[in-house]
Amino acid sequence: MSTIHGETTAALSSPTPQPVKPVYTSLWRQSLRRLLKNKLAVFGFVVVAFMFAACFLGPLFSPYTDNKINMAFMNKAPGLKHWLGTDALGRDVLTRVLQAGRISLTVGLASMVLSVFVGSLLGVIAGYYRGIVDQVIMRLADLLLTIPSLPLLFILGALLSEWKVPTDYRMYIVMLMLSIVGWPGLARMVRGQMLSLREREYMQATVVLGLRDRRKLFNHLLPNLVPLLIVIATLNIGGAILYESVLSYFGLGVMAPTPTWGNMIDAANNMIDFQDHPWLWIPPGFSIFATVIAINIFGDGLRDVLDPKQKR
Amino acid sequence: MNMDNVLDIEHLSTHFKTEDGIVRAVDDVSLQVRQGEIVCIVGESGSGKSITAMSVMGLIEAPAGQVVGGSIGFQGEDLLQLSRNELRTIRGNEIAMIFQEPMTSLNPVLRIGEQLMEPLMEHLKMSKKAARKRAIELIGEVGISRAEQIADSYPHELSGGMLQRIMIAIAISCGPKLLIADEPTTALDVTIQAQILDMLRRFKEESGMSILLITHDLGVVAEMADYVVVMYAGKVVEEGEVVALFENPQHPYTQGLLRSKPIINQRQEELYSIPGQVPNPLELVPSCYFHDRCAHCMDICRTTEPALKETGSQQKVACWLYEEAIAHV
Repeated sequence: MSTIHGETTAALSSPTPQPVKPVYTSLWRQSLRRLLKNKLAVFGFVVVAFMFAACFLGPLFSPYTDNKINMAFMNKAPGLKHWLGTDALGRDVLTRVLQAGRISLTVGLASMVLSVFVGSLLGVIAGYYRGIVDQVIMRLADLLLTIPSLPLLFILGALLSEWKVPTDYRMYIVMLMLSIVGWPGLARMVRGQMLSLREREYMQATVVLGLRDRRKLFNHLLPNLVPLLIVIATLNIGGAILYESVLSYFGLGVMAPTPTWGNMIDAANNMIDFQDHPWLWIPPGFSIFATVIAINIFGDGLRDVLDPKQKR
Repeated sequence: MNMDNVLDIEHLSTHFKTEDGIVRAVDDVSLQVRQGEIVCIVGESGSGKSITAMSVMGLIEAPAGQVVGGSIGFQGEDLLQLSRNELRTIRGNEIAMIFQEPMTSLNPVLRIGEQLMEPLMEHLKMSKKAARKRAIELIGEVGISRAEQIADSYPHELSGGMLQRIMIAIAISCGPKLLIADEPTTALDVTIQAQILDMLRRFKEESGMSILLITHDLGVVAEMADYVVVMYAGKVVEEGEVVALFENPQHPYTQGLLRSKPIINQRQEELYSIPGQVPNPLELVPSCYFHDRCAHCMDICRTTEPALKETGSQQKVACWLYEEAIAHV
């Protein structure tokens, strides 16, 4: 009894109450913590990060270059000297897969940046100004959305071949093409969000403060869209990589000898290579598969954290 | 227009088009705010007091709502005639506004400091650095300690009372001539209310600005107002200097309002309430809109609208009871 009593008094008379230090956790830090709890998303991120690191740094450590032809080592199976074997021209497959990854990832990333830029700019303008501006932008987006992406890309790709666009420029034009199909869906989502944001009370407050439209749009509204944009952008990269591979596979994207994952599979697209030299098509195929899946897993995780309302 | 008046609203009418017809939310309202004066607009929900304020600020959005008539004089200019751009340079700069809900009036993704800096940079053309310095000073001026830290926090990290202080800081940042406060204390608890009102009065005294205060709380009116405007169903039914109006309310609606206010230290069985309800704004016909709730209703009240007439030195009322009294004298 006495001990309990002693304890309570001790607790009560404990020296000056510790000043509770307020923990100012930013929204981003909270989100990061929640993201780290999602093991699958972290796994996705690790795979994506690994792919990027391998593709952009890997070739620097390789003793071979992607286009070095070596007739002495044709169609060698994977071994110590060539980890993933060599192709019909004696080129090292591993080096080529990594080099191809550079192109595929760059194309995916760049076309994402471009379509996010165009899509969010047009979406923000359409959603904020409404009226005729909105009509013009959204009908244009609808028009692009009504044409299935893949046939549209095929036509554009065929035009590239028809006009004999130099191989060096093809990569950049493919980026442009992919953002042409990418932005309409994005603009729609951004516009939808804008319609709800512009009616918020704090937007009325910005009117009362006499702020310029530019400030209202880009200082007040855009930051509210950032979580949405991050999620769409991430998922967009996966889609762009896939489309680029498809185009290259059909010989309409980036052309040989510049390797991409798509045209490497295409190069192995014959009975002999398919049956006898699986190391020619499994590595690029697996790279596409792993990268796209990982990006999607990571994107889903991001969505759960940043945009909890938008559950499937 | 009288140049003494900072704000001079003449015959303002704001209508809303709905599927069922036109709602006359503000109907032929005139009111003046003199320099350094606090004018209160009192009335229950739906009386048009907030719409009056929004009309002044140009917040009525077409096509649903429209200011259909009258003028809003501000320093000799009619706000209704100004271009969008001219209006923008006045809003936030010379006329500022505080809203009822501090929690939703600040952008949740921007830091407090950034939101304070914006009007400073926009209207006073301050540099980013100077604006931040001034923003931190302003946070201090509205009685918040740790100003620097608060400037770097987000709205959700502060309480409602603190946010309303921030809203006041933003509103006064450019030294406005007129501050419109739309129920600034309604969402706050009572102790905070008093602090906020004190602060508003202090800033008014320091800077000589005028305040148009919109409220339904007669306690706030008694404490703050120099001049009171009572609105009912979109019309001004009575107005007057605050002491005169509280001592001698003339319109039966004002009398009812004052009677329905609880008196401290006096416990009543049941608090008085004005019988009936605010009329449906769609079904208004020419009449005194208060007639079916009025104990003194006469025949003329049902058919003809009373005009706002001066009855005392500083009081005006729109009621047939006094029209007769004047006629008899």
